[in-house]
Amino acid sequence: MADNCAVELRKVSKAFGNVVANDNIDLKIYKGEILSLLGENGSGKTTLMNMLSGIYYPDSGEILVNGQQVTITSPRDAFEYGIGMIHQHFKLIDVLSAAENVVLGLEGPALLDLKAVSARMSEIARRYNFAMDPAKKVYDMSVSEKQTLEIIKVLYRGADILILDEPTAVLTPQETQRLFEILRSMKENGKAIVIITHKLHEVMELADRVCVLRKGCFVGERQVSEVTPQIMTDMMVGRQVTLNIDRPEPVEPEPRLRVRDLTVVNAEGITKLDRVNFTAMGGEILGIAGIAGSGQKELLETIAGLQPAAGGSILYTPKGQPPMELAGKHPMQIKAAGVAMAFVPEDRLGMGLVGGMGMTGNMMLRSWRQGKGAFVHRREPGALATQVKEDLEVVTPDIDYPVRRLSGGNVQKVLVGREIASAPSVLMTAYAVRGLDINTSYTIYHLLNQQKQKGVAVIFVGEDLDVLLELCDRILVLYDGKVSGIVEARTATKDQLGLMMTRLQEEGETDA
Amino acid sequence: MNAVIALIFNAILNGTPLMYGTMGEILTEKSGNLNLGVEGLMYMGGALGLAGAFYYEKAAGAGVNGLLAMVIAIACAFLAGALGSLIFSVITISLRANQNVTGLALAIFGTGVGQFVGEYMRTMEGGYIAVSNELKNFFQNAPFPQTLQNIPVVGKLLFGHNIFVYLGVLLALAMGFFISRTRWGLNLRSVGESPATADAAGINIARYKYLATVMGGGISGIGGMVYIMTIAGCVWNHEGLAGVGWLAVALVIFCLWRPVNAIWGSVLFGALMILYLRVQLPIPSEIYKILPYVVTLVVLIFTSLRKKREDQPPESLGIAYFREER
Repeated sequence: MADNCAVELRKVSKAFGNVVANDNIDLKIYKGEILSLLGENGSGKTTLMNMLSGIYYPDSGEILVNGQQVTITSPRDAFEYGIGMIHQHFKLIDVLSAAENVVLGLEGPALLDLKAVSARMSEIARRYNFAMDPAKKVYDMSVSEKQTLEIIKVLYRGADILILDEPTAVLTPQETQRLFEILRSMKENGKAIVIITHKLHEVMELADRVCVLRKGCFVGERQVSEVTPQIMTDMMVGRQVTLNIDRPEPVEPEPRLRVRDLTVVNAEGITKLDRVNFTAMGGEILGIAGIAGSGQKELLETIAGLQPAAGGSILYTPKGQPPMELAGKHPMQIKAAGVAMAFVPEDRLGMGLVGGMGMTGNMMLRSWRQGKGAFVHRREPGALATQVKEDLEVVTPDIDYPVRRLSGGNVQKVLVGREIASAPSVLMTAYAVRGLDINTSYTIYHLLNQQKQKGVAVIFVGEDLDVLLELCDRILVLYDGKVSGIVEARTATKDQLGLMMTRLQEEGETDA
Repeated sequence: MNAVIALIFNAILNGTPLMYGTMGEILTEKSGNLNLGVEGLMYMGGALGLAGAFYYEKAAGAGVNGLLAMVIAIACAFLAGALGSLIFSVITISLRANQNVTGLALAIFGTGVGQFVGEYMRTMEGGYIAVSNELKNFFQNAPFPQTLQNIPVVGKLLFGHNIFVYLGVLLALAMGFFISRTRWGLNLRSVGESPATADAAGINIARYKYLATVMGGGISGIGGMVYIMTIAGCVWNHEGLAGVGWLAVALVIFCLWRPVNAIWGSVLFGALMILYLRVQLPIPSEIYKILPYVVTLVVLIFTSLRKKREDQPPESLGIAYFREER
């Protein structure tokens, strides 16, 4: 196999700030083989491949292409070594035609010969058996056509090593099958293919070999013919780690939020939530696990009233009051009724905080409606900001210092602190500890536990299964917009959750 | 009939500086840079273009060569505009400052520099700056023999203009060809549409933005010189450019970012600018002067309603590109 090795990574490491994304990874990619890079979200799969495609540069380690050590500092370098990557977010220009997109950035005579480009595109399309009209504008294309165009673009540049980042995430099952056929015919043509994925059935169906990453570390590699989904799941989620997070017993749990048959369809007509049923209890923490994009965001946003529900009901019962229906209510009414949401998106500031304003200003986002006429109250939000700063130990020179300049952990404290300060009776947080160091994470856990003991129904959407298992009372697992099960966190195991997230178990009880 | 011909003829004359200003700004905007400082660039181009021709003639004396004077005037105007937009480029591309604010500052700065240079020359040269009549004719007369111009009806319209009209048309055609048919033009368009995509394709974003903006500024600068040397009569006066640069920014939108449209667009805008002199209605002349802007608004409304993607501005127009933010 030695001469067959297209790319070899030796002890490659990459860190972003103090977060290690890839730690001493060794990996070999062979010609005429489909390699699947498997791992949970944030396990470092995309980062690793981005170092091959020239987006990132490794902190340490070596990259060898066809046995030669190389330095890849830009996408152009990557092309020169025959490496092409198809990103999750397509890099295409909408107003240009397919042929123009293909030829973009290439060297050649000053005058564009689009006819020749189209002819070569058609030839590539014929060889790998797919259809593409070179004159079609990108804005007229479907997602699957755009992906095909991306593949042609890479092949046109003479790539021998193709990397696809979660290529099936946006495709329908039929389109996925077509893509797989294309990939198989490319493999037969001797190309090396890497697909990044977290879907086990795709690995089983398509790949020859699988490499598993977990939390930035290389866990192992196997021939697909020799593994079962169970083995791969074990490799993906790893052993259970004890974190010693405090978990007080629930205090007089009572049903607070009853979600029945909740269905959400997004603007593109794709069903993001499919008849979701669960009950969140006051005085407990309900964890929500699932692979990214399984409907977590839609669930929270629909409860908060930011997205319309296509069907189903959300029945909210405040303490000692008659139940009320939340579906169809304005977000302002829902907030006023005591449902708070702290959603921490990937860029942290995107939702909930205004970067250019200080803590006081951000506290006012909750209270700007109070005050006389055109004037707002500043004193109360100021006092609140000071309190949040002291209680949560937010490190900031001043409460009016722009939150954008605070470190990630402090930004999250401001966000969570503000939501808690509104004394909610349902508190929803998503990725509240994303990117935080251990100590700050524990501060956030402590805050959530305090809320729980006050009788608040806490909904905690998390990424780290270990945390979910130790912090929550019950865990709801989402898979592709459906509830694949709700388990008792005290007795559940990581394996069990991993299987539910990848939908290997039979349809379990979907009600609680 | 004669009135119509005279109107069209004068519309072309008055539209030509606008055509240069617009072409320069189209090239700039194709790279995703919105330079609102066209008025300033044209002012600088006008003052320095005149200065170039004037001091060359002063130095050459009787042996003045008209062609050389024209080349010097073009070169001076181009350099002035290019330098002005180089300042804009450094501030917005390298330092990633807000393009609107920088452009408006450049408009004020350029107007000031132009006025300063013009007034300084005037004071130094005894209160009046003008080139000789001989040179003036060279700048303003048609480069074709009289017999061609004497052809009835079309003769004057086709062959009766100053040389800048023809150069401008050629430049517009060349630029249209460059943008739509060449590799660099394609790369430039992609930089203006989606710099992140262009970057991933291996295109040097900063180089394209700098070159397009600086070249575009230079072309706009030539427009200012054309105004001074033709419409204003090769003389520096206090009125300067009378807002032609602002009109050029509007004309870019009217032309839907296509250089070839700038040819007839500038004639139309030129006609709208002088309409109050030619077609007299009992309304204040100020009403006439807002016509170009009204037409631009109407075009904006129509293109927005039609939503045709090709008619929209470059997608990342006005947005600074920073690789790490992708």
